[in-house]
Amino acid sequence: MLSKIWSDHVVAQEPESPAVLYIDLHLIHEVTSPQAFTGLREAGRQVRRPDKTFATMDHSTPTLALDLNLVDKMAAAQVRQLRKNCAEFGVTLYDLDSDRRGIVHIIGAELGLTQPGMMIVCGDSHTSTHGAFGALAFGIGTSEVKHVLATQCLLQTKPNSFEVRVDGRMGPGVTAKDIILAVMAKVGVDGGIGYVFEYTGPAIRALDMEQRMTVCNMSIEAGARAGMIAPDDTTFEYLAGREYAPSGQAWETALRNWRQVATDEGAIYDRTVSLDTGELEPMITYGTNPSMGMPISDRIPTLNEFSDVNKRQSVEKALKYMDLEPGQRLLGHEIDVVFIGSCTNSRITDLRLAADLLDGRKVADGLRMLVVPGSQSVKRQAEAEGLHEIFLNAGAEWREAGCSMCLAMNGDELEAGQYGVSTSNRNYEGRQGKGGRSFLASPLTATASAIMGEITDPRTML
Amino acid sequence: MAMRDVDTDQIVPARFLKVIDKEGLGEHLFEDWRILPDGSPNSEFVLNRPEVQGAQILLAGSNFGCGSSREHAPWALMDWGVRAVISTSFADIFRNNAIKNGLLPVTVEAETHGELFGMVDRDPHAEVTIDLVSQTLSFGNEHAVGFPMDPFARLSLLEGVDQLGYLLSMEEKISAYEANHDGS
Ligand code: SF4
Repeated sequence: MLSKIWSDHVVAQEPESPAVLYIDLHLIHEVTSPQAFTGLREAGRQVRRPDKTFATMDHSTPTLALDLNLVDKMAAAQVRQLRKNCAEFGVTLYDLDSDRRGIVHIIGAELGLTQPGMMIVCGDSHTSTHGAFGALAFGIGTSEVKHVLATQCLLQTKPNSFEVRVDGRMGPGVTAKDIILAVMAKVGVDGGIGYVFEYTGPAIRALDMEQRMTVCNMSIEAGARAGMIAPDDTTFEYLAGREYAPSGQAWETALRNWRQVATDEGAIYDRTVSLDTGELEPMITYGTNPSMGMPISDRIPTLNEFSDVNKRQSVEKALKYMDLEPGQRLLGHEIDVVFIGSCTNSRITDLRLAADLLDGRKVADGLRMLVVPGSQSVKRQAEAEGLHEIFLNAGAEWREAGCSMCLAMNGDELEAGQYGVSTSNRNYEGRQGKGGRSFLASPLTATASAIMGEITDPRTML
Repeated sequence: MAMRDVDTDQIVPARFLKVIDKEGLGEHLFEDWRILPDGSPNSEFVLNRPEVQGAQILLAGSNFGCGSSREHAPWALMDWGVRAVISTSFADIFRNNAIKNGLLPVTVEAETHGELFGMVDRDPHAEVTIDLVSQTLSFGNEHAVGFPMDPFARLSLLEGVDQLGYLLSMEEKISAYEANHDGS
């Protein structure tokens, strides 16, 4: 699949040079684009294909109410700059007041912009999310954003392929998030460097599109350029009828092409790792990168379990930051905040999981629970189903869409020393607020922990 | 800086990404490690040591620059004065971003990496010379090792070949590709 999509997009390939690749879809947000537009403006260039470029604002936007006065001056200036750039260069923008605005990786799929076989880029590492549709999608830097704006092309060297095979049947209380956290723990935070993951196997095929996005989303956390899942009927059903999905005769043609994208049986990969979900427990991280994770009933590894001295030192440093002991259990560890959100886990099915568990229960005294839908459309859907009432009645906060506490740029953040269980993708030092300490987990584990006020195995509450 | 997996959130914390230009980010380089919670400089953090001020080469642990795609990371390193980073491995996006900004990522074998750390431990003022033309790194007593660099990146760095210029020169091919594919 990787080779096929790659070769379909090579515009030119000179010896000793990276390939010139054509980009079908370029997504933009406020944080990594301003300097790229400035570069275009200074050189007097245009956006080559504004029709293939879509922008939204999500990272630094407020979630309490959609009012720029709620964020600091610099964030507001960044949002205004994106408005100005999109207007000047003719790029479609889902602005703060748009009913289609949301986290860039959530709305791409939701609007049907993301389609199988496409080459998709965005100045954001979690662009890997879109690979769930059988697209090759990866994050780029701001210089590259400028290149794509100007030429619709990008210079890239071809990555190698890495099969992540997932077998077995997941037990109750186990979700796609647990699969990817288990993969992370197995592959390591740098095991994917130079590769594109392709997730295969019956356990992956059994996932719905939203769960597949959760899996592909975190491919970058292992250092992989992208993560992909071959498209199938689940993919096509999800896409049918979406705003930018083809319709009528074009839909039939597209379907034929999309079926061609799927991997042929017996494809050869440069590396393979496999995982059986039959034994899989809900997972939780204990450290300061997403590969420092374990089954929730386990103990934190002791330091002598790491033969690699560098790894041992980094776990030691992580545990010091987290104020945790090697060998300690996490079940029952007190927490201050629960965050349900981010491009990993803020789609409607994630919110339904959380709401079902929370229905008729309350968030523990003194605990702050923040529920931030991934897009305004997810928000509307959740409200139509009455999920927001379950959250509010239980004592959780119900917010406007955005990245929010995933990267704590907009004022939603952990305070120094606080412990949070988060459904997002990064537990780096200070990622969710300076001095804050994050445990990454699924929406089910996060919700169960919110109810008990301590890290809790959701299987005990189902 | 020996620790591995240094992520871009440490290189420049997200709250400093609200800029719309590239200037002055060096001030926030590793801010949460450089500055203690009470606002005073953390004297234990390597970048705060007097002997490293003015250094142009950062010796880093493996998987340097993992995490977000923020080009603010190489911008901040460059702004602080770093011209090259030596490690055993780099995160892909960081490496691409670095090269585009003239920041040289030098990948060395674990053994060389260990020797370099040993040398710097013994003598914080030790000098390392990186020669991109011959792709060698020399230190200590005439000790020189080669390092890999893809030919295109090397040329971009050496001759300042502008990658955008290269892409723009492909205009005919891009138009031909579009003519073949659009509407499909
Ligand atoms: S939700 Fe988090 S990871 Fe996703 S795009 Fe926003 S900041 Fe990045």
